[in-house]
Amino acid sequence: MSARNTIDRLMERTNPAIASYLDACVHCGLCAAACHFYETSGDPRHTPAYKLKPLEKAYKRHKAPFSNLRKAFGLAPPEVSDGELREWQELIYDTCTMCGRCTLACPMGIDIAGTIGVMRTAMFEGGFTPSDLVEQAQRAKDVGSPLGVTPELLAERLEWIADEFETEVPLDKTGAEVMLTASSIEVMKYTESIGSMAKIFNHAGVNWTFSSKGYEATNFGVLSGNGDVNRTMVTRLVDAAEELQVKLVVIPECGHALGALRWTGPNVIGRELPFEVLHISEYLAKLKRDGRLKLKSYGKPMTYHDPCQVSRRGGATKAARELLNGFAQDFRESKHAGTANWCCGGGGGVISISDPKTVDGRLKAFKIKMDQVDDTEADVVVSACSNCRLALDDGAKHYAWGREITNLAEVVAEQLEE
Amino acid sequence: MTFLEFTEGPMWRFAAFVFLLGVFWHLAHWLMRRHPKDLSKPLGSGFAGAVGTLFRHFLPSPHFLSRNWLVTFAGYAFHLGLFALVLFFGPHIEFIQTHITGFGWEPMPYWGFIVACQLAFAGLLILWLKRVLDPVLRLISDSGDQVGTLLTFIVMLTGCMALMQSYDFLRALHMLTVNLWLIYFPFSRLMHAFTWVLSRAETGAVYGRRGSSL
Repeated sequence: MSARNTIDRLMERTNPAIASYLDACVHCGLCAAACHFYETSGDPRHTPAYKLKPLEKAYKRHKAPFSNLRKAFGLAPPEVSDGELREWQELIYDTCTMCGRCTLACPMGIDIAGTIGVMRTAMFEGGFTPSDLVEQAQRAKDVGSPLGVTPELLAERLEWIADEFETEVPLDKTGAEVMLTASSIEVMKYTESIGSMAKIFNHAGVNWTFSSKGYEATNFGVLSGNGDVNRTMVTRLVDAAEELQVKLVVIPECGHALGALRWTGPNVIGRELPFEVLHISEYLAKLKRDGRLKLKSYGKPMTYHDPCQVSRRGGATKAARELLNGFAQDFRESKHAGTANWCCGGGGGVISISDPKTVDGRLKAFKIKMDQVDDTEADVVVSACSNCRLALDDGAKHYAWGREITNLAEVVAEQLEE
Repeated sequence: MTFLEFTEGPMWRFAAFVFLLGVFWHLAHWLMRRHPKDLSKPLGSGFAGAVGTLFRHFLPSPHFLSRNWLVTFAGYAFHLGLFALVLFFGPHIEFIQTHITGFGWEPMPYWGFIVACQLAFAGLLILWLKRVLDPVLRLISDSGDQVGTLLTFIVMLTGCMALMQSYDFLRALHMLTVNLWLIYFPFSRLMHAFTWVLSRAETGAVYGRRGSSL
C-alpha cells in the first residue's frame, strides 16, 4: 500500500470541478441527513463531507490556491498517511454507494458521489481497494465478466434462456440495429430479466442482437476505481457495437452501467460514441411511445424504486413513469421518489463486499428503503437495476419482508398481448 | 495620523488590495485549470443545468428540511442579516460612498437595522453552537471554520460597539477588525462567498447534460 501513489493520483485527477467543491464546502454537515449509512448508523464518520477529508487535506497541501504560502508558514495540513487511507477505505467503499443523494442537501451543490468516484481511482492506485472489488474487476478483465461469464458460457446461457422463455435470443447477428448488453447478475441469477427483454424486443419487432465480443454491461473498473479495467470494459462494448454497426446500444437493468458507457465511457476512451446509448427503461418507454408495445394493464398495487445511477445520476427518472403510466393501474409513488429516492444500500459495489461489517451496515441502511416502500402499502416493488434487485432480495430475505420484488422488463413482458 | 485615520486610510487600502488580489488569484486559479471536454452526447443543456442548480440550491430541499431546519434557518438568518447590515446600514453606505463608489443609496430604517442585527447575531451564534455541540459538525470542522466564525463575530460585535459614531476609538477598532477580516478572507473558507457559484455551476452543468437536475 502506498499513500504516495494515492496522493499523486488524487492531485492528478483534481479537475476544476473538484477544486471548486473543495473550495466551496463550508462543513455545514447538511449532507449527513441525506446519507442512508449515516442515518442508520448514527456514526458521524459516515457524513458524506467527511469522506472527502483525505482529498481535502491533500488538495490544501499541494494544489489549492496559496498552498505554497501555507506550507511556507507551516499552516498546510500534514501529508495524508497510509493509516488514514486504510481507515478511509471503509468510508469510500463500504459505506458509500455513490448514490449522489447528498448533493441534493448540499447548499453548495457539491457532487460528492462523483468526487468519491475519483477518490476510488486514487485509492486503487495506492492499493487501498477492498479485495472483493479488486478481484471482481480483474476477473471481468480476464474472462469477460465479474461472475465468470465467458463468451462460451454466455452462448450457452442465451441458448438456455431462448428455450426456457420460448423466444429468440440472437447472438452476433449481422445487420442488427440494436445491441443489447447484459449484466452478469442477469446471466447467472436473474435470467428472467434477459428472457423478458428478449420477449419484448421480439414482440416490438426490434432487429436486435447480443454480441459475444462485448456483452458485459457492469463495469467493476468504475466501482473499484481500476481505470485500466474501466477502459477495457468500455472498449469491449464500443468495439462490439462498431463491428456489428448497430445504431443503438441498450444498457440492461443495471444502474452504474448506464453512466459507465453513456456518460463517462466516451471520456474514458477519448472519443465520441458512434451510436446511441439508452437504458432499458428509456428504450421500453420509447417503444411504448412509438406504439410498438401492446400491453394488458397491470392490476397489482405497485411502486417503483428509482435506481440512483439511472434516475438521480443518470437522467432517466421520467422513463419508467412514462412506461408505467396508464399501464400500472394501481401505481403508488413513494415519498422521496424520483431524484431524491433512497438508495437500496447495495450500489457502488457495496453489495459485492463480503466483509460482515459491511454486510451489516448495508442491511441496516436497507431498512430505510423498506420503510419507504412500506409507506406506500404496495404489494410489488419494481426496479430497473439487477444490482438494486439483488440488494432488495437480500434485504427482504434477511428481514423476512413480504413484498414481491421484480424488475421493469419482467412486469412488461408478463403483460404483453399475444 | 490618528488610529482612525490609519484604519480608514492606509490599512483599509492595504486590506482592500489584499482582498481583491487574493480573491482574483483564487478565482483565476480555478479559471486557469483546463476543463476537459465532455465527449458524451448530451441529453440536456449543460448551461441550463448550471443556471438551474445555481438558483435551485438557494432554497432548502424539502426532502431534508425536517432534519436540517435549524442550520438551514440559522444560515438564512445570518446571511440575510449580514447582507442587510453591510449594504443598507447608514454608516456603511456613507463609508462605501466615500471610499469606494462615490455614490450612495437609501439606508434602511433604524428598526430594519435592529432586525438585521438580531438575525445576523442569532444566526451566527446558532451556527457556531451547532458547530461545537453537534457530533457531526465537531468531526468535520477544522480550525479554519472556527477562525472564520470568530473573526466574523468580532467584526459584528465591534460594529455594534461603534454605533455611537462620536467614539472614534470604537469606530477605528471596528475598521481594524474589518481590515483583518478582509485580509484573512481570500486564504480561508470565507471564499465560499464566491466559490458557491463555481461549485453549483460545475455540478449543474454535468447533470444538466445528463438530463437530470441535482
